[in-house]
Amino acid sequence: MRRVGVLALQGDVREHVAVLAGIGIAADQVRTLAQLNDVDALILPGGESTTIAHLLVTSGLRVRLGERIREGLPVLGTCAGLILLSEEVLDGRADQWSYGALPVAVRRNGYGRQIASFESPLEVAGVGSLTGVFIRAPRVERWSADVEVLATLDHDGTGAHPVLVRVGPVWGASFHPELSGDGRVHRHFVDSI
Amino acid sequence: MSSPLIPSNTGSVLVKRGLADMLRGGVIMDVVNPEQATIAEESGAVAVMALERVPADIRRDGGVARMSDPLMIQQIQAAVTIPVMAKARIGHFAEAQILQALDVDYIDESEVLTPADEENHIDKWPFTVPFVCGATNLGEALRRIAEGACLIRSKGEAGTGNVVEAVRHLRTINSQMRRLRSADRSELYALAKELQAPLALVEEVAREGKLPVPLFCAGGISTPADAALVLQLGAEAVFVGSGIFKSDDPVRMARAIVEATTHFEDAGVVAKVSTGLGSAMKGFETATLEQRLAERGW
Repeated sequence: MRRVGVLALQGDVREHVAVLAGIGIAADQVRTLAQLNDVDALILPGGESTTIAHLLVTSGLRVRLGERIREGLPVLGTCAGLILLSEEVLDGRADQWSYGALPVAVRRNGYGRQIASFESPLEVAGVGSLTGVFIRAPRVERWSADVEVLATLDHDGTGAHPVLVRVGPVWGASFHPELSGDGRVHRHFVDSI
Repeated sequence: MSSPLIPSNTGSVLVKRGLADMLRGGVIMDVVNPEQATIAEESGAVAVMALERVPADIRRDGGVARMSDPLMIQQIQAAVTIPVMAKARIGHFAEAQILQALDVDYIDESEVLTPADEENHIDKWPFTVPFVCGATNLGEALRRIAEGACLIRSKGEAGTGNVVEAVRHLRTINSQMRRLRSADRSELYALAKELQAPLALVEEVAREGKLPVPLFCAGGISTPADAALVLQLGAEAVFVGSGIFKSDDPVRMARAIVEATTHFEDAGVVAKVSTGLGSAMKGFETATLEQRLAERGW
């Protein structure tokens, strides 16, 4: 049985743990190096990317998580998690760092502030139809040809942007599959491990 | 695989409560200018509360406390990338409309400001922007949720630097929820009457064992140990008002409270970040206060 962890520094950790429990996986909460070294896959939850980045440094996890991702650890980042995995962050803080594991450029709050947050139907390759929940969501503005695009959304008529992407074991979602009350995206990710 | 252009839902309950979910395990800091907002963001705050005076100064100055100047809110929005919250007076729906027009991320209908209506809180359902409200007990929390609040915080006693009231409110809410959890179905009607709360919400708490929205703590948190205390008592995040920028070393205090909030179950970490912090805000003994803010709101 492979061990799936949820990075539990800040954010909607409980929702990810609940969704994983719903598909029969008892997830580990990861706050320490020992816990990080123990997992076979990791979810980076929604939350505030600047806060989670700060806490990765103060908790001494930043470097080791980078090593594990380079070594092929399967990771799924949702919202803030996607920002942390991206190669380039637009409209972030000047000192905002990210792991660069996904060759995409994301714009923080690219769909607007909270008043513009929305739900939208999505069609996800390998999963089917679901409701995407976008909360101050990052928008994928550019992506390399290596990126497998599993779902897109044309939110404002300006063209389709990827909302679920994958490069090998690294997955990123602009939306919150953990809030839709349905474990299919998590199942798809876990099945790929 | 690609979706056609489909109208989407803004301001749904899921989207409004969802932002509160994203703030879990975090620290929301009161700030009065862009410089403080930047310090808060750099220190790991999940959001800032933009206001003209922190509660300790409101308490000292007296007079009518109102919504902040929109210019100040806009300057803070321009300074940080994290969510920006702002306070409206209890019942003052026109202030709330203004804050929504300013595109703030959360409105705190707050007892820290002078109430504008002594009977009615704001009807929060028509708003796209989500609201947080304070509560001292479960009935008050459920009444606010019935009015559309998407996040509940303990009231505590703001601006005192004294955590005692926040502890009382959290313990009260939790013990009343435990009582509902263990109640027989036929007892829920009388309990709803006693709590002065809608039956449907009372039934939901009895079934789920928790509020339908996140429960955060506010009012008097001024040290990393205070944060660790209220998180262990069941709060899911903390609001820190005067406690950071009224302390000796606000940057260190802010960073320390952020770390203590994440690692609240690890006393070793909380001890480390508490070491050599300098003085926390001076604070007040709440028993001797002339004005109790927690008594505002009903």
